[in-house]
Amino acid sequence: MSYQNLDSFRDPEVAKTLSGLIAESCQSPMRIMEVCGTHTVSIFRNGIRDMLPQDITLVSGPGCPVCVTDQKEIDDFIQLARKKNVILATFGDLMRVPGTQSSLQKQRAQGRKVKVVYSAFDALTLAAQNPKKKIVFCGVGFETTAPTVGACILEAHRQGLKNFFVYSAHKTVPPALDALMSMDTVIDGFMMPGHVSVIIGADAYLPLVEKFAIPCAIAGFEPNDILASILTLVQQKEAGESKLENTYSRAVSPEGNKKAREVMEQVFDKVDASWRGLGVIPGSGLSIREEFERFDASKAFELPPARSAAPKGCICGAILTGKKIPPQCPKYKIECTPTDPLGPCMVSSEGTCAAYYRYHGAITKVY
Amino acid sequence: MCLAVPAKLIEMDNGMGTVDAGGVRKKISLLLLEDAALGDYILVHAGFGIQKLDEKQAEESLALLREAVTEVEARYKNEQDPM
Repeated sequence: MSYQNLDSFRDPEVAKTLSGLIAESCQSPMRIMEVCGTHTVSIFRNGIRDMLPQDITLVSGPGCPVCVTDQKEIDDFIQLARKKNVILATFGDLMRVPGTQSSLQKQRAQGRKVKVVYSAFDALTLAAQNPKKKIVFCGVGFETTAPTVGACILEAHRQGLKNFFVYSAHKTVPPALDALMSMDTVIDGFMMPGHVSVIIGADAYLPLVEKFAIPCAIAGFEPNDILASILTLVQQKEAGESKLENTYSRAVSPEGNKKAREVMEQVFDKVDASWRGLGVIPGSGLSIREEFERFDASKAFELPPARSAAPKGCICGAILTGKKIPPQCPKYKIECTPTDPLGPCMVSSEGTCAAYYRYHGAITKVY
Repeated sequence: MCLAVPAKLIEMDNGMGTVDAGGVRKKISLLLLEDAALGDYILVHAGFGIQKLDEKQAEESLALLREAVTEVEARYKNEQDPM
């Protein structure tokens, strides 16, 4: 392996060929949903839409963990930041997400201790460095991130740390895809999230493919990874097939990362979880198991039920299920901008609305 | 948020490692990797190595992509010049 090798997945000659083959194979309209914010951004950044025939529509699904975090969870993070003696550690994406009354950024401006960290491990280090403070980590993320947080809980357990806590708002992707297919959404094929798949393995999607007879392709993040996955989805649809293709086999194996999965199973239980815009999805959340409950911030701190309300007029639900695109929202670019966001899809750099704001309408075609 | 970056593992020490991504060095945890070795290219997410990249699979995918280019070029050539 070398970086040259990895660069080859960006080779423009290959991209041109793939784009030609897609146009040749595509005989009928097709809606493909990507379920990963990193894909959403990569599709825009690499001008993938401009390389596809008009019959192919790419829609973004609930692929950004920050965007699907329930309003109550955001409000709980804010309540935790207000607790005495607490340092709240969070990924930067969450800082500006508006809660019902405030945001973590506003809390920090008011003097609360809110620290942006790059890794859950940094929160663990904070706990070791500040024995008199209580460090609470906002656990947000899909299967890619949940094992890293699980590993930190195990490490805190091993070190006997008493001042490290996690509020787990982690969610898992396959149950959400199942729920999406059961809604009135029109999806002809799924582009599966590459780095979630790294952990759960390609085989994790087989029940979905079988149940809904839908073409699926696991994709990497370079332009040719994305084009190759679209090609196989189009070919499947035109041939009347529905199977799972793995076009990111250099990183995704059939069984995934066994060790990471074990850590996840050891630390978390599957529970029903509420997704912003999608409602409660059975078995789609991860809560900290009883054995490790002393690290569970939702049990260690009193969190009176907040009167959480999603922002008015925000069409998050329709955006997250691919029924509408951001320019169809009356608030988009008017009352809702990255500097003054109404909802989380405009906050996270990988949110659908933020990606549209940044890239949509830009001149991407080169004549 | 599920962004992960490929980087080369250049140091290992007691469950921790140092990776190099195009000159940028970073300390990461290797707790989620079973069989990382020095020189491996691994995917790094939120301070953790989450997967070793499979060189053989990468080569195979690239070979398939290049094959597609060659095939299309050959077809194009035939269409242009049927003789």
